[in-house]
Amino acid sequence: MPGEMPAENTPTGAHAASLDKGPAHRGAPQRLAQAALRDVPWEVGVAKPDPAIVVENVTRTFGGLTAVSVDRLEIQRGGITGLIGPNGAGKTTLFNLLTGFDQPNTGTWSFDGRPLGKLAPHQVARLGVVRTFQLTKALSRLTVLENMLLGAQGQRGESFLRALVPGTWRSQEKANTEKALELLRRFKLDAKKDEFAGTLSGGQRKLLEMARALMSDPQVVMLDEPMAGVNPALTQSLLGHVKDLREEGMTVIFVEHDMDVVRDISDWVVVMAAGRVIAEGPPESISQNQAVVDAYLGAHHDAPLTVEEEDQVLAEAERRIAHEEHGEVIDSDTTTRGEGR
Amino acid sequence: MGDLINALAVAGKSALGFQAVFFALLAIGLNVHFGYTGLLNFGQIAFALLGGFGIAISVSQWGLDFWVGVLVGLGAAVVLALLLGLPTLRLRADYLAIATIATAEGLRLLFRSVSASEVTGGTRGLSAFNGDFVSLAPWDTGQRYSILGTRWSGGELWVALVGWVLVALLCLLVWLLVRSPWGRVLKAIREDEDAVRALGKNVYLYKMQSLVLGGVIGALGGMVYVVGTGAANPDQFQNANTFLAYAVLILGGAARVLGPVVGAVILLFVIQFADTGLRALISNGIIPEGLLSATDVAQIRFVLVGLGLMLLLVFRPQGIFGDRREVMLDAR
Repeated sequence: MPGEMPAENTPTGAHAASLDKGPAHRGAPQRLAQAALRDVPWEVGVAKPDPAIVVENVTRTFGGLTAVSVDRLEIQRGGITGLIGPNGAGKTTLFNLLTGFDQPNTGTWSFDGRPLGKLAPHQVARLGVVRTFQLTKALSRLTVLENMLLGAQGQRGESFLRALVPGTWRSQEKANTEKALELLRRFKLDAKKDEFAGTLSGGQRKLLEMARALMSDPQVVMLDEPMAGVNPALTQSLLGHVKDLREEGMTVIFVEHDMDVVRDISDWVVVMAAGRVIAEGPPESISQNQAVVDAYLGAHHDAPLTVEEEDQVLAEAERRIAHEEHGEVIDSDTTTRGEGR
Repeated sequence: MGDLINALAVAGKSALGFQAVFFALLAIGLNVHFGYTGLLNFGQIAFALLGGFGIAISVSQWGLDFWVGVLVGLGAAVVLALLLGLPTLRLRADYLAIATIATAEGLRLLFRSVSASEVTGGTRGLSAFNGDFVSLAPWDTGQRYSILGTRWSGGELWVALVGWVLVALLCLLVWLLVRSPWGRVLKAIREDEDAVRALGKNVYLYKMQSLVLGGVIGALGGMVYVVGTGAANPDQFQNANTFLAYAVLILGGAARVLGPVVGAVILLFVIQFADTGLRALISNGIIPEGLLSATDVAQIRFVLVGLGLMLLLVFRPQGIFGDRREVMLDAR
């Protein structure tokens, strides 16, 4: 399905051109972010060349549980940063803190040097940091188009008094509708524009939520598990859209569990476990990182057994039983032989 | 046959009288709160009480002009909405529900208490405040008029006429608002507040605006009611009326501009028709006195209304105007 993967084509294709973000972002910004991050050491809390978001000493506790405790984290502008970690690592809590949906116990964080602490969620969104949710929040009893229009910022018709005088907002509404239809076409939802969002499938709702977030022309897009519960074909299309965002110069932070996806699209990966950032680096560095492997699989994990190994274990067990039946003490000889093979 | 026609006529008068206007206005306010914004206001009658007593106290106690009394009532409703909203609208929907239901009962008890009787007239209430308004009628309000087999006093007719004009104007206002981007934000808040916050809208402000608007409409309902009856008594404002207004709203179809209006007309028609019809059947001996006596009718008619509402919810959950597709979405 080549049509479903716009990002696989050249970034100057119809989609990128339609949004008209200016020629400054054309070329290969993906490589810009990657190139900028090439010389950055693979250390936790490392400074980035051009950080969009800086987090310092943020902690959030729920009773006795420390959900998030991040000493320092910088997010490179114009890149895709993957945030991974086992369940309960504090990824979503960190998202909530960054977007004002939750307040931390301590710490500061800023976007473009502007502190975001104490801001309400809608104020954060107005600065250009939008998010999606792990449990998709399609507004069921609004049509798909109404969902989209809601994302537009600075609408004159959203003030009570001006709402009563349609002349003040009609032209703006028309422009917003055109922009919404353009985005819906890009996300292949234009045929559904007059349907209630509640009738969409789970994957279509994910697409709608992402498209709706883009209506606000954000600078930072935070996606909380955008691929969860989405079939593989749609995942490819969603991946394409996420890459498109980067082509348009947006900073993308996303939470994901699927390592293939993370490896495919991220420029930089941040790994969290038990509320802390335990590793950072380009995607290829992560799978070799011992701390990450331990966090995901437990420190005493085993590789899956092969048939030979299974036979080996079985043979050793039989030998032990035979030894015991003969009343002999198991000597160190057998164990070393087992390990040596 | 004559009895049936008479019952229809009496029910028709009730469905077009100021009581129907009262319920229609309460329900239009609730429609803004519950139908569009998803706010659970279980004390709409408190706004009506403040509206009604705003006029009654201003005119008969303080000797102010009638129209100043209207402004006082509206102002009191705005203040009440702010007081209720400031602490609760940042919290989950349940908190507003608890606060409103307690306020509605508390305000009524306060207004009928002995200590307040110097201002509110206590349990006797206040009267003689609607003269200025009734005298505006272009016809002789002392006379009685016969319309379609029912008798209306000139004053009743005038209050009902002005009331329905008010209903029409407010429906126009609500219609203008809900088709605007402002109304779209309200509906989105009803669906999911957090999603709306994440899109940069100040949800708290919108919920407050909605609470004030719906409360003011409820206050207008209370004004029509006290002007229609010519007396303001705290016990007229039982909170059961809030729930009848909810019945009106569900019957007509929530989140539909004309839903509350049609719901009010039908509900009052059915209640009055059941009342007059049952009484006629009992006095004709068709329903034996041993089964149902005339004194039971007042209760039985509400049983019938309840039965009707249950059937409606089973067979037409969206109400008369609602969109079944839309209502069914919630079941998922």
